[in-house]
Amino acid sequence: MTGMTNSKLGIWLFLASEVMLFGALFSTYILLRTGAESWPHGSSLLNVPLATLNTMILITSSVTMVMAWASLMMNRFGRYRLYMGLTVLLALGFLVVKGFEYGMKLEHHITPATSTFYAIYFTMTGLHGLHVLGGILVNGYFLFPGSRLWKTNPKQFTGRVEAAGLYWHFVDLVWIFLFPVLYLL
Amino acid sequence: MSHSEHQSFWQKYIFSVDHKVIGCQYALTGLVFLFFGFCLMMLMRWQLAFPGEPLPVIGGLFSDTTMPGGVMLPEFYNSLGAMHGTIMVFLGVVPLAVGGFGNYLVPLQIGAPDMAFPKLNAASYWCYFVGGVVMFASFFVPGGAANSGWTSYPPLSDIATMGQTFWLFGMVALITSSLLGSVNFIVTIVHLRARGLSFFRLPFFVWAQFVTSFLLLLAFPPLEVAGVLQLMDRLAGSSFFLPSGLVISGTPLGVSGGGSPLLWQHLFWFLAHPEVYVLILPAIGIVTEIIVNNTRKPLYGYKTMVYSVLFLGFMSFVVWAHHMFMTGMGTTMSNFFQATTMIISIPSVVILTVLILTLWGGSIRFTVPMHFALAFLPMFAIGGLTGLPLGLTASDIPLHDTYYVIGHFHYVVAPGTLLALFGGVYYWYPKVTGRMMNEKLGKIHFWGSFLCLNGIFMPMFIQGLAGVSRRLYMPTVYAHAEAVQGTNVFMSYSAWILGLVQLIFIFNFFRSLKKGKKVESDNPWQATTLEWATPTPPPHGNFLQEPEVYRGPYEYSPPGRTEDFWPQNEEK
Repeated sequence: MTGMTNSKLGIWLFLASEVMLFGALFSTYILLRTGAESWPHGSSLLNVPLATLNTMILITSSVTMVMAWASLMMNRFGRYRLYMGLTVLLALGFLVVKGFEYGMKLEHHITPATSTFYAIYFTMTGLHGLHVLGGILVNGYFLFPGSRLWKTNPKQFTGRVEAAGLYWHFVDLVWIFLFPVLYLL
Repeated sequence: MSHSEHQSFWQKYIFSVDHKVIGCQYALTGLVFLFFGFCLMMLMRWQLAFPGEPLPVIGGLFSDTTMPGGVMLPEFYNSLGAMHGTIMVFLGVVPLAVGGFGNYLVPLQIGAPDMAFPKLNAASYWCYFVGGVVMFASFFVPGGAANSGWTSYPPLSDIATMGQTFWLFGMVALITSSLLGSVNFIVTIVHLRARGLSFFRLPFFVWAQFVTSFLLLLAFPPLEVAGVLQLMDRLAGSSFFLPSGLVISGTPLGVSGGGSPLLWQHLFWFLAHPEVYVLILPAIGIVTEIIVNNTRKPLYGYKTMVYSVLFLGFMSFVVWAHHMFMTGMGTTMSNFFQATTMIISIPSVVILTVLILTLWGGSIRFTVPMHFALAFLPMFAIGGLTGLPLGLTASDIPLHDTYYVIGHFHYVVAPGTLLALFGGVYYWYPKVTGRMMNEKLGKIHFWGSFLCLNGIFMPMFIQGLAGVSRRLYMPTVYAHAEAVQGTNVFMSYSAWILGLVQLIFIFNFFRSLKKGKKVESDNPWQATTLEWATPTPPPHGNFLQEPEVYRGPYEYSPPGRTEDFWPQNEEK
């Protein structure tokens, strides 16, 4: 009745709830920061070059995700495999870089218990990281076992990849807000 | 469509993806948890009526860490309070109203074969089940279940025993469940309506579930964030909710500090105020169906109801801080939340007025469900009207955190919502089972519940006005509370009798499965909405042929027809 498939409407509703989830986290950040006596500049504590690299990686993965979906729309399944594979690899790359960042902090005994700044940093990036991991699982599923659907119902499969893509762009978008808020401001 | 006969018992009744089976699973689990939550309250009522006296017989069954010699310890009393609230709201009423009634009825009422995502539906039930088991299990961990109140206010909850961690994990599971459920409901209602069933022909119950789903979808994530932050505080040593320089029992707390306990309250109430409407809206939906059917008259103002419920849903997101007038909020903020709180009472009054006007001039059938639906109206009205003094700071300051507050919200949820849900059970029981519940037992259950519920909650207003705090373990330690101690004894007797009356309901419920009067037609109440156009009980796939809808949901006593009802799917 809306011209959308069930899964597409479903994913938009799910993303609406995700907006509320991250909205509440950003509100928490604002409330803690405005209520604090002093608040450090993210750039003095966090590794900006690594995060910039990660931003590039994630934006690129959003592009390859669109290409994967577009390949399906153009009926080119081989190209889809390539682009979807790239998307998953880039997402894994993001997590590896993030792992290095976390590792460097933990090496210096910096944990969420260190300060409220690090607490919100670890929570927000951690929750975002979990979303990236979720994206890897979903995209990985559509890369290998889930892609069997392409042979029997290509339209439905394309729709599912589109829904996965919407989710993936959302995860990307959250990072685009997280990056300046935590690292630059 | 009907392939249920090939399925094993486990596929058919336990891991089913049929919305009706899942609805029944939700409803039965919800009813069990309601009874369990009720039993916790009966234990608390012993302590309140006879403070410090050993509990006869049952007291011996508890361990020495909770009730040595049958006398309740304060920590255990606190656990009972926290878990009573949590269980009743998150494991009892919402799963029964939304999971049970919503799941069973929404696809039937919109003429759909099932929910939009049947597997997701099953997943959401099992998430709820896991959340419930985790909550239940927390009674058996060292230190007992969560004991920081159902609101889990920090800093107390941050430093509480392990039960609080269980509470948080349980809540995350429940939030996931309601998230999956609400996505499913909205897609189902938007996409799967039968031909001809436009939005303004939806039965009001479907509208109520629609708005409820949006509230669950958008209000729960902030609580999930709050839960994650509290888990971080408890497990990773952060201090989101712990201010600097906190001293507990004389020892300074070794945390980084810099957090704010008020942050929790904002995140919590941003969920928990809309949650009030999650509790009440499905009940209003059920009451509407029952009242319209039993007055044999169209709903007085269908569109008014729909716009009211939409407005109510929207406004419920901008009133949350009226729970926080005592936290030292600025006057501008207070004024804003007072104003929005007064505004949100308007649609509720409109809905009540419409329902009362619907009764006007109807030929009312006093069936058992109608008893419950009619009783809902004054009970909900008392609950709503007693809320107004709490929404204005001047009167909230003396009333805050007294028994008056408990009386107010219990009137909305217990004599209000619960009566409506019981009415719903009696009303749709013949559709689900093909048999009627016993009318005489039903009326005893109704009158017993109605009188006892008022016997419990009416005196709470007296206690509250006398200034008795809601969290007192030993009510007799203060002179002003001692003066109204008699009401506590009266309320406790009412509560225990109410418990006995519920046994009649349980007996009736199970006996009628086998011995109830068989229904003669698929539409025993002569109703108009689509769920009565299915075979009884409806098979997997619901309808024998795809229904088509020709008119609005409540065409009762239409002029020029011999029958006094005109089903939505009947062409002529």
